[in-house]
Amino acid sequence: MILFALLAACGQPDPAVTRGAPYDPFEQSNRINHERNKKIDRAVLRPIARGYSAFVPDDVETVVSNFATNLSLPGAMVNSAMQGNGVGLTSDFYRFLVNSTVGLGGLIDVATDINMPTATNADFGQTLYKWGVHEGPYIEILLLGPSTSRAAVGRVADMFTNPVRYALEDPATYYASATRVSQGLSARGRYSESIDSVLYDSADSYAATRSLYLQNRRFKVGEGGTDNYLDPYDAMAGTGANSGASSGAAIGVSATFEDSDPYDQ
Amino acid sequence: MTSNITRRRLIATGMGAAFVTALPHSALALNDVSARALVEKLVGEINRVIASGKPVDQMIADFEGIFRRYADVDLIARSTLGADANRASPAQMAAYTDAFRGYVARKYGKRFKEFEGGLIEATGVRKVKSWYEVQANVKMRGEAPFDVRFLVSDRSGSDLFFDMVMEGISMRLSERTEIGSMLDRRQGSIDGLIADLRTAG
Repeated sequence: MILFALLAACGQPDPAVTRGAPYDPFEQSNRINHERNKKIDRAVLRPIARGYSAFVPDDVETVVSNFATNLSLPGAMVNSAMQGNGVGLTSDFYRFLVNSTVGLGGLIDVATDINMPTATNADFGQTLYKWGVHEGPYIEILLLGPSTSRAAVGRVADMFTNPVRYALEDPATYYASATRVSQGLSARGRYSESIDSVLYDSADSYAATRSLYLQNRRFKVGEGGTDNYLDPYDAMAGTGANSGASSGAAIGVSATFEDSDPYDQ
Repeated sequence: MTSNITRRRLIATGMGAAFVTALPHSALALNDVSARALVEKLVGEINRVIASGKPVDQMIADFEGIFRRYADVDLIARSTLGADANRASPAQMAAYTDAFRGYVARKYGKRFKEFEGGLIEATGVRKVKSWYEVQANVKMRGEAPFDVRFLVSDRSGSDLFFDMVMEGISMRLSERTEIGSMLDRRQGSIDGLIADLRTAG
């Protein structure tokens, strides 16, 4: 049902990407969720992640994270197949093969050590993009954090696209999930200060999170990218760039000076 | 005989003149080789700072020096201020640029601590519009390498980078969001923003 609604909008340039400002019609409720997520992070996630990161040796964290990443590869392969990405499918297959065997069931990331192609990390949100589904509004989900409607639908679908889910018996699926949670905690712990600086030091952490998420997400799905940036020197050339550029003394800059929207550049 | 020498001298002089006029071009015009060379030098300096294991304050000072030498700070600062740069006085622009440089050094210099044991390496270059995009990898212990791109342009008159894009996240565009929010918090006062910026990051 949702898929049909999403697919109905196909074929045209994505207004969420081309319109300039972030497409955020739910900003009010998103901001409420954002504040709640920050409270949860402060009270629960951050302390646990810090404790986990401090208590568990780095090498163990790496092993657990490698294991979780390896188990995500079959799901990525299914998505590569649905995107018609044979190269990605093949490289992920060999990565999975090498790490599952030589890498002792995925505990060691041998593939990266021997410079195999990087993992595609293909997900169903990306598959939807390749199929022409638009990004949709930005949403911040309670507990899960920033997303877009397309990425959120992809997330749900990916629960079913990963064959590992069907291959594993009951206790093993719990272990698989547990390593994913550990992987998340490791990331929150290891990048603690970077994440803190966005959530707690930004002038407007909601706007900062939205900007970072959308830029990074579009990079991951292969949408947007640096080719779409406007040349910032063009905006300078509009009027005032000739008057003492080195002192930054240029007074008038053209009225169209890149406005305030980072997303169309 | 004399005429022969004269002719030779003429040719020599002509070639010399041609060489001299060609020189500024070959020395100054940015191309994929010089763009990559610039980033390799820049990345080498960053790697040295990361590997130095210095205290954070000194890393920040080192990074500010690198940023000053390799980045078009004037352009980045003006661009993050966006349309509000139109109403800033020259003195405000100068003060803002100065405060912005320190802010960036503190904010991103601190992050270098997390790169400990990592290595940045230039991997490729391509031309995009009027600039060159130099691709690099950050290799971290026990993690998939991540993608960094430096956008290098000579439109300021010298070869400088005007943006750094990590995993698709542009420093210039992200800081524009942040500076915009800081300006909102001060009800649009540029002097207020400059004051805040001196301690932020």
